Amino acid sequence: MWELNIHEYQGKEILAKNGVSVPKGNVAFTVEEAVEGAKQLGGDVWVVKAQIHAGGRGKAGGVKVAKSLEEVKSYSESILGSTLVTHQTGPEGKEVKRLLIEEGCRIKKEYYIGLVLDRATSRIVMMASEEGGTEIEEIAEHQPEKIFKEVVDPIVGLTAFQARRLAFSINIPAKQINKAVSFMTGLYQVFVEKDCSIAEINPLVLTEEGDIMALDAKLNFDSNALYRHPDIVAYRDLEEEDPKELEASKYDLSYIALNGNIGCMVNGAGLAMATMDIVKHYGGEPANFLDVGGGATPEKVTEAFKIILSDPNVKGIFVNIFGGIMKCDVIATGIVEAAKQVSLNVPLVVRLEGTNVELGKQILQESSIDIIAAESMADGAEKIVAAVQEGK
Amino acid sequence: MSVFINKETRVLVQGITGKTALFHTQQMLEYGTNIVAGTSPGKGGSEVEGVPVFNTVQEAVAATNATASVIYVPAKFAADAILEAVDAELELVICITEHIPVLDMVKVKRYMEGKKTRLVGPNCPGVITPEECKIGIMPGYIHKKGHVGVVSRSGTLTYEAVHQLTQEGIGQSTAVGIGGDPVNGTDFIDTLKAFNEDDDTYAVIMIGEIGGTAEEEAARWIKDNMKKPVVGFIGGRTAPPGKRMGHAGAIISGGKGTADEKISVLNECGIKVAETPAVMGATLIEVLKEQSLYEKCKTH
Repeated sequence: MWELNIHEYQGKEILAKNGVSVPKGNVAFTVEEAVEGAKQLGGDVWVVKAQIHAGGRGKAGGVKVAKSLEEVKSYSESILGSTLVTHQTGPEGKEVKRLLIEEGCRIKKEYYIGLVLDRATSRIVMMASEEGGTEIEEIAEHQPEKIFKEVVDPIVGLTAFQARRLAFSINIPAKQINKAVSFMTGLYQVFVEKDCSIAEINPLVLTEEGDIMALDAKLNFDSNALYRHPDIVAYRDLEEEDPKELEASKYDLSYIALNGNIGCMVNGAGLAMATMDIVKHYGGEPANFLDVGGGATPEKVTEAFKIILSDPNVKGIFVNIFGGIMKCDVIATGIVEAAKQVSLNVPLVVRLEGTNVELGKQILQESSIDIIAAESMADGAEKIVAAVQEGK
Repeated sequence: MSVFINKETRVLVQGITGKTALFHTQQMLEYGTNIVAGTSPGKGGSEVEGVPVFNTVQEAVAATNATASVIYVPAKFAADAILEAVDAELELVICITEHIPVLDMVKVKRYMEGKKTRLVGPNCPGVITPEECKIGIMPGYIHKKGHVGVVSRSGTLTYEAVHQLTQEGIGQSTAVGIGGDPVNGTDFIDTLKAFNEDDDTYAVIMIGEIGGTAEEEAARWIKDNMKKPVVGFIGGRTAPPGKRMGHAGAIISGGKGTADEKISVLNECGIKVAETPAVMGATLIEVLKEQSLYEKCKTH
C-alpha cells in the first residue's frame, strides 16, 4: 500500500475540522440512518451519495438528488448494497456499504482545485480550472490552457497572492475572491499537515448564495507518513482494499495482482517490474508484481509464497533474486520453509545471484524441494514459461 | 578517475550502530572503503568495527575530516539525518533509507538549495567505484574496475546490468543508484554530466522505469550534450496503469509515464534501448563495437 485512500465523507470531515468549507452532511450505514441523517440536516433537498473508493459514481447511478424524505428513503434503499461499476472500479464493481446524506445546494458554477506533488520541481503544486466537474486529465488533454498552476515554496506555504492569482485566473467573481483564497490556503494546510499525496476538489462550487465549498473531496495520504497520523489511519476502510494486497501489506511486502498465470517473487521494485517484462517477452503472462523488499526474513518469504499460491490462476512460480541488502540464504531458507508449509504443486524456477549466493544455493540443494535452477534472468524466464506450457 | 567517489573519499556512516548499518559497514570495510567515522546519538566515544563513533555529524567531521556520509537510519529519522549532513557541509550524502515521507523530502530539497552538498537517493543502493570505494548496499564482488558508467533508478536492476557487463569482460567506472522515489537528490542528468566530464568513462548505461519524465528529459539532454554513447533500459512495459510498482515514483498516472512512451523518446534521441533486462550488457557491447570502443572498454 503506497497511498491510503479514504471515503468522501471522511475527507470532508477532515476539511471541515480545518475550516475548509464543505456542505453539511451525515454518514449512513443503513436506510434508517440515512432518513434520520436527512431529518437532522433539515431543508427540503438532499443528495444521497454512495461512498466507495472510486471516482465516477455519479455516472454509475451512485449519486441522487432527493426532494423529499421518501425519496431519501427510496434512493438509499436502491443504492445501499448495490454494486457500482465505474471506470475506476474494474468490471467487478464495488458494493456500496455506506452513504453520505448531504444538504442540497444551488450551484451557480463549478471549478476544479487540486494539489499534487510536482516531480519536476520537487514541490507541491496547486492546479485550478474553471472546467469543474471534468477530470483533470481530460482538461489537460483538450484544454491545457484552462489549467492554471502555482508551485508552492515549502518555507512559506501557499501564499495569499498565489491563491488570489489562481482565483482570478479561473474567473471566480471579485466578491468571492477572499472566500476562494481562504478555501485554497486552508486546503493546502490540510495537505501538508496530514501528509496528503493528493487532494482533489472536483467540483469546487460557487452557490447561488455566494458561498464557495467543496462539493466532492478526494484525499489520499502518503502511507510512509501514516506513523504520525493515527487519526488518518483510523479512517482506513479495509473492506475497500484488495484482500491479497492487504495481506501482503501486513508483512511489508509490495504485491500487485495481475491477470497472468506465472507467479513472480523478486527483490527490488525495478527487478520485479523487469521480471514481469521478461516473462511476457518469452511468451508468458505474469500473475503478479511482488517485491519482497530489502529487509525480508524467511517468514516474510514464506508469506509471499502463500499469497502467490492463493491466486488460483498461478501455474508456476519464478523466483528471481539479486541479493544486495537482501541475502540469498534468507530467501533460500524462506523457500524451504514455505515448501514445508504449503503444498507446492506447480513448477518452481529459482534464480539466485548476489550477496551470500553460494550459501543460498547450498540451502536449496540440500533441501528435498523440486526446484528448476536458472543461471540468469533470461534462462529463468524461458524455463518457467516452458514449464507452465508443458503443464497445460 | 571516476565520478562522485574514489579511494580518497573519507566515509562517515550515520546510524552506524543499527543492524543494517552494521552489516553493511562490515561489507564496505571488507571492500576497502575508507570509513573514518560513524554517528549514533548517545553512543559517542565508542567504536564499531574499529571505527570511532560520534554523537553528531559535526563532531565526526571535525575529528576525522569525513567527506561523504551514508545514511541507513530508519525512515522516521532519515530526513533529519540528511539535513544534519548538509549542515555539516559534507560534499556528498548517500541516503539508502526507503519509505521517507514525500513531504519530508520536499523540505529537504528546499533546504539544500544553494548548499554545497550533493545528495544521492533516498531509496537507493548507493554508489560504487569498483576496486576503490563502495558506499551502499550493493554486492561488491560483481563489479570490476573499468570504463562504463551505470546510472539507475533501481537497485537490483543496477546489479543486473553490472553483473552482465562484468561477465562480458567490461569493467565499470562508477555505478550510481539515484533511487526510486519521486523526490530525490542527484538525477539522471546530474550523473550523466559527471560521466560526460570523466576521462575514464567511455560509455554509459542508463536504467529507468515507468513514472515521471526524468528519462525523457535525460534523453533530450544526452542528444544535445553527451559526447559518449549511452544505451538505455526502461522497466515496467507490462505494468498496469494507476498502480505504484513498489517504488513510490513508479506509477503510470493519467496515461503518462509509460515505458513505451519513454522508449520512443529515447530512440528519437538516438539512444539504443535494450529489448529485455537480460540484454542490457549485450546492447551496450553492440554499441561499443559500432563506435570502435569495445577494445578500450574490455578490461578482463
